[in-house]
Amino acid sequence: MAQTMQFDLVSPERALASLQASAVQIPGAEGDMTAMPSHAPTITTLRPGVLKVESPEGNSEYLVTGGFAEIAGDSLSVLAERAIPMAEMTRDQMNDLIEEAREMYKTAKEEDQPHGLVEDAAKLLADMEALGTHMSL
Amino acid sequence: MPSLKDLKNRIESVKSTRKITKAMQMVAAAKLRRAQEAAEDSRPYAKRFNAVMAGLAASVGGSDSAPKLLRGTGSDQVHLLVVMTAERGLCGGFNSNIAKLARQKAAELKGAGKTVKVLTVGKKGRDALKRDLGSDFVGHVDLSEVKRIGYVNAQTIAKDILTRFDAGEFDVATIFYSEFVNVVTQIPTAQQIIPASFEAEEGESSGAVYDYEPGEEQILADLLPRGVATQIFSGLLENGASEQGARMSAMDNATRNAGEMIDKLTIEFNRSRQAVITNELIEIISGAEAL
Repeated sequence: MAQTMQFDLVSPERALASLQASAVQIPGAEGDMTAMPSHAPTITTLRPGVLKVESPEGNSEYLVTGGFAEIAGDSLSVLAERAIPMAEMTRDQMNDLIEEAREMYKTAKEEDQPHGLVEDAAKLLADMEALGTHMSL
Repeated sequence: MPSLKDLKNRIESVKSTRKITKAMQMVAAAKLRRAQEAAEDSRPYAKRFNAVMAGLAASVGGSDSAPKLLRGTGSDQVHLLVVMTAERGLCGGFNSNIAKLARQKAAELKGAGKTVKVLTVGKKGRDALKRDLGSDFVGHVDLSEVKRIGYVNAQTIAKDILTRFDAGEFDVATIFYSEFVNVVTQIPTAQQIIPASFEAEEGESSGAVYDYEPGEEQILADLLPRGVATQIFSGLLENGASEQGARMSAMDNATRNAGEMIDKLTIEFNRSRQAVITNELIEIISGAEAL
């Protein structure tokens, strides 16, 4: 059994990471999950949260704001809308993200958009705020 | 016959034009490298995204409950043409080639009795299409303030398009942009984004049966709008690289033309200077002979 798997983290603007990982914790839309080598093939959407990567070379954390992850046994690709290494994250950036989510919620509510967009925006806002508290910068 | 002074002024002015075009060429070359890098960096995302979407679309696509973005509205009466061009000119045929393709397509659709709506991204495309399709304009996205195209810009455009789609303003959306092949070749391209079509690349599919969390259809509904943004984003980046490439070769040509012109004018200047000297000599000699 493979001890590591190929882990790729890509955002639309650039590829952030490509390395061998032993375990990756993914903030899935329906709850966190940890993918290890030989995980059953799964595709899940992401909620805003922290992606934790454990690899033989050390651990790293990334903040992701949504997107999806594709787990395929010996490889894991995370396609995030926006991904920022935790080390580069600042309180200001977090505030910007929260502000953005709040703005979206407000416009969604005012325009009375269909498809449960209001709920989505509310959830996004809540997730963002929780994330902000969690980071406690 | 222009005087010596006129010629001299002329040469000076062409020389400064050459300096400007040369500088623009070098700036374009530097920007091109950055634009190309940005385009290449975005490729892994787009590739994986399409691979996953192709798998999803294949498994859900046939059913009636598939999202509208994938299935279409069931009609193709109203077409939205999203014409993406540059904010600036002086880049050879770049803008007009895209505009030409859009115009052709619009004429074709109108000939078939369809309704055409046009959304322009970039000032130059708007200017170029104003005369023929001005009455079909439904909106314009201004990117002149944007220094570096980010995913956010693509998201804004995608949101605009999706809101219109939800409001039932159109049935089919096509984006027009220029695909970057190399510095001298850019191909104006039309790509349909709604209803979405995803083509899996050969050998990409792993054949594994995936678990979906949440359900397949929910994921698809979540990802399709992102797909629109992703396609627009890669279109914008291709456009960015194409624009700089086109400008680089256009400015290279202009620099060379200016050089040729300077050579020609210098020869003319030297000839007329010689003519003036000869003339003066003749006058002196004939004056001396007359005494």
